[in-house]
Amino acid sequence: MSFVEYSDFIQDGDVAIVYLGHDSMMPVKVQKGAQTQTRYGVIRHSTDLIGQRYGSKVTCSKGGWVHVLHPTPELWTVTLPHRTQILYTTDIATITMMLELKPGSVVCESGTGSGSLSHAILRTIAPTGHLHTVEFHQQRAEKAAEEFKEHRVDHLVTVRNQDVCKDGFGVTGVADAVFLDIPSPWEAVRHAKAAMKKQGGRVCSFSPCIEQVQRTCEALADQGFEEISTVEVLLRVHDVRNVSLPLPDFGPDPSSQTESDAAAAEKAPPNHASVTIKTTTPPREIPGHTGYLTFATKPRT
Amino acid sequence: MADNGDDDAQYRIKGGDYVVLKRGDIFKAVQIQPKKKVIFEKQWFFLDNAVDHLYSTTFEIVSGGVLQPKKLKDAESSTDTKEAGTDNRNIVDDGKSQKLTRDDIETLKEQGLKGQEIIQQLIDNSSTFKDKTEYAQDKYIKKKKKKYENTVTILKPSCRILAMMYHGREPGKICHLRYDTLAQMLTLANIHAGSKVLVFETCAGLVLGAVMERMGGYGSVIQMYPGGGPVRAGVESFGFPAHFHDMLHEFPICHVNALLAGTLDTTAKEPSADSKQSNVAEEKEKQNQPEAEQQGSPEEQNMETNSGADDLEKEQKEKRKEAKAQEKKVKLEEKRKKLAAAAALLEGRNADGLVIASRFHPCPVLMGLLKFLAPSRPFVVYSQYKEPLIECYTKLKEQGGTISLRLTDTWLRHYQVLPNRTHPLLLMSGGGGYVLSGTTVAMDRSKSAGSQRAEEPAPKRLKLTDTEG
Repeated sequence: MSFVEYSDFIQDGDVAIVYLGHDSMMPVKVQKGAQTQTRYGVIRHSTDLIGQRYGSKVTCSKGGWVHVLHPTPELWTVTLPHRTQILYTTDIATITMMLELKPGSVVCESGTGSGSLSHAILRTIAPTGHLHTVEFHQQRAEKAAEEFKEHRVDHLVTVRNQDVCKDGFGVTGVADAVFLDIPSPWEAVRHAKAAMKKQGGRVCSFSPCIEQVQRTCEALADQGFEEISTVEVLLRVHDVRNVSLPLPDFGPDPSSQTESDAAAAEKAPPNHASVTIKTTTPPREIPGHTGYLTFATKPRT
Repeated sequence: MADNGDDDAQYRIKGGDYVVLKRGDIFKAVQIQPKKKVIFEKQWFFLDNAVDHLYSTTFEIVSGGVLQPKKLKDAESSTDTKEAGTDNRNIVDDGKSQKLTRDDIETLKEQGLKGQEIIQQLIDNSSTFKDKTEYAQDKYIKKKKKKYENTVTILKPSCRILAMMYHGREPGKICHLRYDTLAQMLTLANIHAGSKVLVFETCAGLVLGAVMERMGGYGSVIQMYPGGGPVRAGVESFGFPAHFHDMLHEFPICHVNALLAGTLDTTAKEPSADSKQSNVAEEKEKQNQPEAEQQGSPEEQNMETNSGADDLEKEQKEKRKEAKAQEKKVKLEEKRKKLAAAAALLEGRNADGLVIASRFHPCPVLMGLLKFLAPSRPFVVYSQYKEPLIECYTKLKEQGGTISLRLTDTWLRHYQVLPNRTHPLLLMSGGGGYVLSGTTVAMDRSKSAGSQRAEEPAPKRLKLTDTEG
């Protein structure tokens, strides 16, 4: 198992995702002899997990069952322990494509936060790329480094505990892409520029507030970035439902009466109280805003 | 700043490259061919001069359709001494404020005036320009620049650029798949280097190319295709290095059922007239060849009585016929080998991902191809319409073997960000298509104890009709 390569069987030391049901999942560190409590009972790692195929059904002690899944950055994003507000898959997917990330890309990122985007980047740039990620909070930086190691992706990433606005990314002239998710991204724009390859590259800044976006766009323009563009992406989920709509009863229809009323009455469609349709409904509340994504291109310098 | 030739090789435009032309928000994918006229935004020009320049260079189209690299922007006309008004209460739009006529402008163009100069002329000859607010003046200049500039930027193709291009230019060719939807699909399907991905698409190869880009040449992609042959025109536009094509396989869906049933025969046959019957199409063709060769002999024998010159001609004709037959044999053998290779990759039913994006009804496609996926692997299905995906969702729920089913679409909004003029732009809503995503799990053969879903009878086996080619 690794977050950048599939494997078929669960092994000691893996991180697996236990799927309990609709929208209910949790990460599990697989260890010989260990146990995990779930609402369906206990999962014993040695017998229930190790050696089993990913995707298998596992019956828990109380009789209920769960599925065990191979980890992916997307599953990690919805199960990881939050140390900060994180980026979700919708934004991550947009960022990945708009920054033109692919195997071999060298990427600089700040702040690392809880590592949600980091894992997605690592998955995309493996096996030949590299991620330089900067986090100014010491414990978060350490936790991130720990997780990368556990997830067997540490060879692809360098974590630096410093302030990107003051000290930059720790590398210069190597990045194909730079990502900023910090309170004052305009202060880091010149460092982003320095970290990027002289032949050019892409930059992205994520900010919840429009004022931040304005200042960042200004800084990008000042630093000579081109193709500056700000977008917002929202996900709409459609829940598939069978919906029953009752039909009104306006009484017997006089115009359709013929000589054989009895026959007509029999032939008349049985009183359908309702019609069932298969449709989708939106969830009661949907995330209306995460942040604005500002992209730009650094020309050759 | 001396350019290191080696470093820059991948950043330099070469003859034969597939590139993307850009002006503003308009893109067009073309191939650089010597002395080939290209049309873009109502202008004709040659790309020859672009060779050896760096990608992302902006060129000006000068007379004769020749490209010249654009000089770096000279200091924009100083803004501090620009006269401007405060609002538009006294500006009357009578269509008479511009003194230059269309003919005048044409003349200026013919005289070879650059875009920037024409715009300056328009400003000088506008009676209302100085009364406009600064913002209105900015907007006016931007608008004129868009109209009169004759520049084109040459970009290296990428999924981002091509997806935006197709959506802007020919959305019908890609089932109206918007680029942010494509982005979602690539991530939700966990496309990454080293995996084995199945793709079924009728989006001119855009989706296939996008998948290949994210795999970087590692792993394998099997394109499942309807009809006679895979359509991949769009893949060329990505300009992948040659070795990327080594990871690309194809498999016709008309053989899927046979493959699943274990009855697909892809082994080589003896090219003799009395080979055993098999259900491989090429077999029949091979059988025809020995007959064709035999036909030559009686003809030859008849001709022996004629003059020697005729004999020589006949001989040459025979040789050509043989050469052709040999070529055909080789081609068929290659085809058989490819089919066998693809079948071998599929047989194990251990693919890592499935991406479907086509004009076909997604339900049968999905139900058929899901069988090739290993457990605990993602799949995504795109449809321009919601209802077919609702059907897929329902069928999958009935059948079991999948979890985390989600039917979604994305809403994308662009913003104009300018000091005191920040606001969202035209909304691109609804036009992006829908995506159904999910994850496979081990198929439940036994009755589940304490199941979270209702017991269901074995799902009706739906007849998989042959999809139209």
